[in-house]
Amino acid sequence: MSKTTTGTPADETPVTGTPDGETPVTGPPDGGIPEDDLGAAGSQLSTAPSETAVPGSFGGNRAPGAAGWLAWTGREVLGWARWFWRQLTSMRVALLLLFLLSLGAVPGSLIPQTNTNAMKVDAFRQAHKTLAPLYDKLGLFHVYSSVWFSAIYILLFVSLIGCIVPRTWQFTGQLRSRPPGAPKRLTRLPAYATWRTGAAPEEVREAALRVLKDRRFRAHTEGDAVAAEKGYLREAGNLAFHIALIVMLVAFAWGQLYKTEGNKLVVEGDGFSNTLTQYDDFKSGSLFNDDNLVPFSFNLDKFTATYERNGPNKGTARTFQAAVDYSVGADGKERRTTIKVNEPLEIGDAKVYLVSHGYAPTVTVRDGKGDVVLHQAVPMLPIDSNETSQGAIKVLDGYRDARGKSEQLGFSAFFVPTFAGAGKGTMFSQFPALDFPVLAVSGYHGDLGVDAGVPQNVYQLDTKDNPNLKQFKDAKGEIVKQRLLPGETMTLPNGAGSITFDKDIKEWAGFQIVQQPGTDWALAGALAAIAGLAGSLFIQRRRVWVRAVAGADGVTVVEVAGLGRSESAKLPEEIGDIAALVHDKAPAQTDADPDREPDDETYASAEGAEKK
Amino acid sequence: MTFAAATELATATNEHLANISNTLIYSAMAVYTLAFFAYIAEWLFGSRSKVGRTAAALTAEAATAKAKGPAVTVKSKGGTAVLERPEVIVRSSAGSRDVPDGPGAHGGDEQGDLYGRIAVSLTVLAFLVELCGVLARAASVQRAPWGNMYEFNITFSTVAVGVYVVLLALKKNVRWLGLFLTTTVLLDLGLAVTVLYTASDQLVPALHSYWLYIHVSTAIFCGAVLYVGAISTLLYLFKDSYENKLAGGGKPGAFASSVLERLPASASLDKFAYRINAAVFPLWTFTIIAGAIWAESAWGRYWGWDPKETWAFITWVAYACYLHARSTAGWKGRKAAYIALIAFGCWLFNYYGVNIFVGGKHSYAGV
Ligand code: HEM
Repeated sequence: MSKTTTGTPADETPVTGTPDGETPVTGPPDGGIPEDDLGAAGSQLSTAPSETAVPGSFGGNRAPGAAGWLAWTGREVLGWARWFWRQLTSMRVALLLLFLLSLGAVPGSLIPQTNTNAMKVDAFRQAHKTLAPLYDKLGLFHVYSSVWFSAIYILLFVSLIGCIVPRTWQFTGQLRSRPPGAPKRLTRLPAYATWRTGAAPEEVREAALRVLKDRRFRAHTEGDAVAAEKGYLREAGNLAFHIALIVMLVAFAWGQLYKTEGNKLVVEGDGFSNTLTQYDDFKSGSLFNDDNLVPFSFNLDKFTATYERNGPNKGTARTFQAAVDYSVGADGKERRTTIKVNEPLEIGDAKVYLVSHGYAPTVTVRDGKGDVVLHQAVPMLPIDSNETSQGAIKVLDGYRDARGKSEQLGFSAFFVPTFAGAGKGTMFSQFPALDFPVLAVSGYHGDLGVDAGVPQNVYQLDTKDNPNLKQFKDAKGEIVKQRLLPGETMTLPNGAGSITFDKDIKEWAGFQIVQQPGTDWALAGALAAIAGLAGSLFIQRRRVWVRAVAGADGVTVVEVAGLGRSESAKLPEEIGDIAALVHDKAPAQTDADPDREPDDETYASAEGAEKK
Repeated sequence: MTFAAATELATATNEHLANISNTLIYSAMAVYTLAFFAYIAEWLFGSRSKVGRTAAALTAEAATAKAKGPAVTVKSKGGTAVLERPEVIVRSSAGSRDVPDGPGAHGGDEQGDLYGRIAVSLTVLAFLVELCGVLARAASVQRAPWGNMYEFNITFSTVAVGVYVVLLALKKNVRWLGLFLTTTVLLDLGLAVTVLYTASDQLVPALHSYWLYIHVSTAIFCGAVLYVGAISTLLYLFKDSYENKLAGGGKPGAFASSVLERLPASASLDKFAYRINAAVFPLWTFTIIAGAIWAESAWGRYWGWDPKETWAFITWVAYACYLHARSTAGWKGRKAAYIALIAFGCWLFNYYGVNIFVGGKHSYAGV
């Protein structure tokens, strides 16, 4: 342990002067005492790194010639590298990096972020033409994966590792060695008690050793005093906490690399099996490959939603649940379960969350001859909280028009579960439950453009940029559109067929399937961090010494003193308890101190205390 | 009874309970106001006695510092009948001034003390009334009263006062907190009943989880405790500059002297704040982890850098910063105190600022 340290217990220990009016010992500016004063007694009460001044140049003298230059450069580079490392692993830099980390997290909470709300980012880009490119350069639309934010936390964790390794070393060293012997002058310690007794010094020391060991101190006798220490769990807890932080970070990084996340919309009665091709959309970490997907499949049996019918929050959802049959593995046994918003289905590393829902009205489309060309529940996407929904009904093949020509059909559909009523002037839904369902459709025929190879949204008809798609119009040239109640049919003009809104309205549920390994580790790390933190903050590490020596008159002088990591009200109490217990075994000689007053609590000057 | 009639009846009882809750909250505000005036009276009467302990200690110290060194306190434990316990001599740490704690708001004045006691009794009464108000609210909505900012606010101030009452019951020297606490509690409740009031209602499905109870209750508790810590830190800064001024031979204003004289010594305030902050930090850590677990089950990810999550993280790192600063020399004392205040500022921003200015997934917290 180096001399003159900051950040060590030395500066928390007392004394600029001594009780008997001796000239004060000069110490570091903040008034701590140099460790020489307590000797080894005060050292290493913590493994917090000390901050030492380091000279500016490391190369020393340069010998003449190329070899000399080489050697000098080597020493210089090494010196600066060590200097840099020492700076990086110092408490001061840890503090700075922590501060930067919290500061760096701020912009991400105020500026829209691509990964949480891409639409907001686009809106921001539209609104701030000059600012946006600047933000782009600085990575401010994805702060938490930006270069500079990563740099801060990576540096912090390098610093953390560089800090933990030597501290762990030092701590195991302390665990193996014994508590340091008593300093020369126990009177200087923050808590101190003394009395004179008839018992022999050895007896006192033996009694003290027993008392301290009973109180679970690590204690041994060294010279004329017993040295004891307790509260190592503080250091252990602190190290455990910092190590747990690393475990958590590694677990998260691991999870991110192997993570998969995909969505699937399933209509009641349909199913899903966990292979890449079945997903509507899919994202994965950079180390993922297809074999990592947990094999399972499920069928959506029924989706149930209930809504608040009264009060100010009318229409707010009260329950969402999906009843599913699922099986694990290629052909595992089928099991039933319900997936709720807060209760995903867990299969191995994979979790199936219920994330959205909507209606899928069943429609039947017939051709001119009356043959059914489509009979299907078509999922509609909600556009407001009352489940006003939009969708597209597409007949890609099998349809022939009145003249027998093969064509495609498309209907743009608007669905409301609770219609306001005809003449109310609104097509928006009034309530999210199926109280008065209405489907509004208008039809198109021709070429839907699906085969052109351009990816198309299944929920939309591409009517604008598609000259090959013609809207159905009646004899007067007006657009054919109709509001259908369940069971009603809209007939297409010129014998082109019909579309029926069937009575069977299904619901669909959107599932998010997430697979993220390493979460168990992260959780274990988190729990260890809390436990370590509690140990580190609630446990006091302290040393106690009991010295017993025969005075000149043959009477034994007992001194008990304690030193803690920080000033604490507990320490004097503990010293009092220990002194009392030792005192039981080695009582004070009654004539030794006749004018002692046990029950007063006084603020006394140093001299006063000495006189007592 | 038909189903509709049953619901109607239930709605009626709930409305009834909600009204009771509102009445109780208003009553609590009235009692807090009385307590507030009683504390004011305590401070006013207290100002009659010119204590000047700090000044005395500091000037005496300045005169004899070189010769004497820090003072030593002798503490003795009441000995048993048979054997006297040895006395323990306690020495305060180097570098810290030996300033005795102030006598409290009443400044040793008897009448002041009387008003102080009345104030404390009123505070306890107001606390009980407010607690009943919160419980009635919980009963009216049939869930924990943490569904919106109104409920959050009334629960928050109840817990903060609860912490104060418990500390008083444990015979801790915290009565000086009373005035500062009741003032802010009144502001908090005033804001709650005017701006933030939300009629009682149930939760959306995403909030149905027992992790909600764990996460939100610990969040409120941590906030309340950290708030007490922040008051103490702020007062520490004032008291510390006061002591510095005196030690430097300056002459603080009469009002500052009168008030600050009666507060505990800066070292005590600092230590109190540190203990409070350190004690609650592991719980705050747990709160964030519980939040992550809840987010995982509700939204399918542990951590998504949602503004609320981000600010909880910022607050956590800021407090970690403070704890580090405390164990790094050169950062103790005032610098660490500034960090603690910034950290609490982050907490406050997370609580109000994020809901009002930022939004995000936690929008159910709706203002
Ligand atoms: C990832 C960021 C870090 C966080 C969140 C963090 C958090 C904490 C917390 C909350 C404490 C308080 C516990 C106590 O006082 O015993 C603490 C203590 C400590 N930290 Fe860190 N820390 C981090 C990084 C570091 C680094 C990089 C270093 C080394 C340079 C370090 C060294 C220490 C030491 C030595 C203590 C104990 C001080 C003492 O004994 O009082 N920490 N840390």
